Amino acid sequence: MNLLTVEALKVTIGSQPVVENVSFSLAPGEILGIVGESGSGKSMTALAIIGLLPEGACAEGAIEFDGRQILSMEESDLCDLRGDGIGMIFQEPMTALNPLMTIGDQVAETLMVHRRMRRGEALRIARDRLDRVGLTGDRFPLTLYPHELSGGQRQRVAIAMAIALRPRLLIADEPTTALDVTTQAGVLALLRDLARSEDMALILITHDLAVTAAMADRVAVMKDGIVVEDRPTEALFRAPAEGYTRALLHASLPRAPSAFPKYPPGVAAGDGGSAPATDAAGALLRVEHACRSYRLPRPRPFAPRPLRAAVDDVSFRLEAGESLGLVGPSGCGKSTLARAIVGLDRLDSGGITLAGTAVGPDMPAPARAAMQIVFQDPYGSFDPRQRVDTLIAEPFHLTGRPAGWRDRVGEALTDVGLSPGDGRRFIHEFSGGQRQRIAIARALITRPRLIVLDEAVSALDVRVRAQVLDLLERLQERHGLAYLFISHDLSVVGALTSRCLVMDAGRIVEDGPTARILTAPRHPATQRLVAATPKIPPGWLTPEENRR
Amino acid sequence: MRPTLLPGLILTAVALGAALLSFVWTPWDPGALAVTQKLQPPSAAHWFGTDHLGRDILSMLMTGARTSLSVALVAVGIGAGIGVPLGLAAAARRGGVVDGVIARLNDLIFAFPALVTAILFTASLGPSAMNAVLAIGIFNIPVFARVARAGALSLWTLDYIRAARVAGKGATRISAEHVLPNIASLLIVQATIQFSLGILAEAGLSYVGLGAQPPTPSWGRMLADAQTFVTLAPHVALFPGFAIVLTVLGLNLLGDGLRDALDPRLKGRLA
Repeated sequence: MNLLTVEALKVTIGSQPVVENVSFSLAPGEILGIVGESGSGKSMTALAIIGLLPEGACAEGAIEFDGRQILSMEESDLCDLRGDGIGMIFQEPMTALNPLMTIGDQVAETLMVHRRMRRGEALRIARDRLDRVGLTGDRFPLTLYPHELSGGQRQRVAIAMAIALRPRLLIADEPTTALDVTTQAGVLALLRDLARSEDMALILITHDLAVTAAMADRVAVMKDGIVVEDRPTEALFRAPAEGYTRALLHASLPRAPSAFPKYPPGVAAGDGGSAPATDAAGALLRVEHACRSYRLPRPRPFAPRPLRAAVDDVSFRLEAGESLGLVGPSGCGKSTLARAIVGLDRLDSGGITLAGTAVGPDMPAPARAAMQIVFQDPYGSFDPRQRVDTLIAEPFHLTGRPAGWRDRVGEALTDVGLSPGDGRRFIHEFSGGQRQRIAIARALITRPRLIVLDEAVSALDVRVRAQVLDLLERLQERHGLAYLFISHDLSVVGALTSRCLVMDAGRIVEDGPTARILTAPRHPATQRLVAATPKIPPGWLTPEENRR
Repeated sequence: MRPTLLPGLILTAVALGAALLSFVWTPWDPGALAVTQKLQPPSAAHWFGTDHLGRDILSMLMTGARTSLSVALVAVGIGAGIGVPLGLAAAARRGGVVDGVIARLNDLIFAFPALVTAILFTASLGPSAMNAVLAIGIFNIPVFARVARAGALSLWTLDYIRAARVAGKGATRISAEHVLPNIASLLIVQATIQFSLGILAEAGLSYVGLGAQPPTPSWGRMLADAQTFVTLAPHVALFPGFAIVLTVLGLNLLGDGLRDALDPRLKGRLA
């Protein structure tokens, strides 16, 4: 007896089909992974199951849950079903909770609505559910507000809300994509454990095939609204039948780390400008005893404001043409450090020099042109009202626009795999991966020596991510660039860098060759990061894939 | 298109058209007295009737629209011209001294009831349309400053502003190139609302005799003049009243419609 049967589901928005002929079934307690890239229709499938399709979307076919047809149900019946029979968790934990309600009330709300419980009783069950997701009463009283919790903790509250009524089916739509790897590992383990212990079926939607390896009983791969492959997890990983699945699988594998040094320092570096490529001691970037702390709110009126050290006595150097990784969990201070390195913020003490010039908000423009940055969010990185060529040409502000600036923009676009004609278009006409390419083009335009990549591929689908990483590697070869690659994800850093720093609580705790850090981490913080990275079991892969 | 945008556009266009037309043509000379023709009801000769001095009401309304719209327009211009740069500066230096000073100045102006201070202003400087413009304009400054600051603050946290800073651009340049175009829709909507409030304020000031002085026609003064004859010839008060209400309504509907039409987040749903 199946809990959920989806038959020939078709979803159209306007006249555009987004899901076509999708059929699958789910037994009680089974975990199904739905894997696909942005726009593959995986989220629409999930929303159709819970009856929350956006306005203007139209579903055909049949969805049977526990003997009832969902597509023909009245809205009021659907309301009774949602939260009670089917629970759902969304991607963004920062906006999934009401900031004005305590976490206790938010979890209790579902109980009060569906079971008509009194508040006291509902809060008692809410306590129990929050304990279940690992937010125990001693550290997480019911009276906390969402802003007092971290992203991973908020996602746990969202899970507690979804499982408050012990639904028979839980849908998790990219539940860990917005979290860093260590938090992701904890949330995934919790979901698996809940499904097993409460006999709850789970649909786990993700773009990352590696995430499903340790989680799902079965994996359905979606592409352009169609399920291309739906098989038991191990069989699918051992012998993917479809080319598309193989491509996804390859993108999820760790890539071979680069060899260092690729270039003798100073030879390939810098094909423009006349400033010295390195300082007297041969380093391109030098960070010495950098400290930066933030003032926290007063714990009580008139108390002194406590300080929190975000960056605590960090020192390192980066050679010309080198790619250096900087890895650490959210909140370890790596973004604060990145902002100081590109001269957006000041340090409290210590110093940063780029090729011998001190870095800071008021550094001279030509020196600043030797360094650019690529940000994480492909959607927030561009002014929506300017054309792409104007956007890419923005860093010319530092050097003055050269006469042939349009050719330079075209060249940069070609460099990143787009066509020069794309310069006349607006940014909303491009996909996330293309936007990140444009961000790289913008960083390349002044022919810098150092590009800081601040989580530059974290927001991308795995396959697009692999393409962008390939692109970055090619560009490094062509232009002799140095990269400072900042990420929470060791596997991404391993793909591109030869040396790696691990940061934890504001300090550099480990520094060594990336390959060594990946295979034999020494510091406990590094070991946690390595253990948390989702891996495909080596036995499931071919020897050739394992060698990569 | 939003249902409010079209009626808003039509009403605003009628008021604006009447004002522009009055420069070249009105049915009668709006200043010509004809005491024998006083308080006539609407007729073929005088569509909206005549007032207590026998002047043609339609002609007076058309010329009065000129006063009302230009006073409101200049007042919005003063408010936006000074308020928006202040708001952008405050957002660029958020948390700093500049931000604090601008915020306190805003509070200072907000602390006084607008119309009462406008009365004080015109009473001490002498009643005239110019002083009414100044008084209304000054009260528009903090409104625009706050809207600009709030809109700009959320933009300053975005990566494209950071990218512009990495490109070495200063706060002024970033405000002009990146912030202003992206809060323009907010400001346009606010401008239509302030515009309609400006018309109301001008009418109010003229009504108490502190706005435009005779013989310059003004909707507010037409109302004031008409109130003694309301029982005798209601149309004399009704038409200027309608003119004010419909123009203000039109501008508010326009503002509402523009807010939705200019919001890129809503674009997909409206298409």
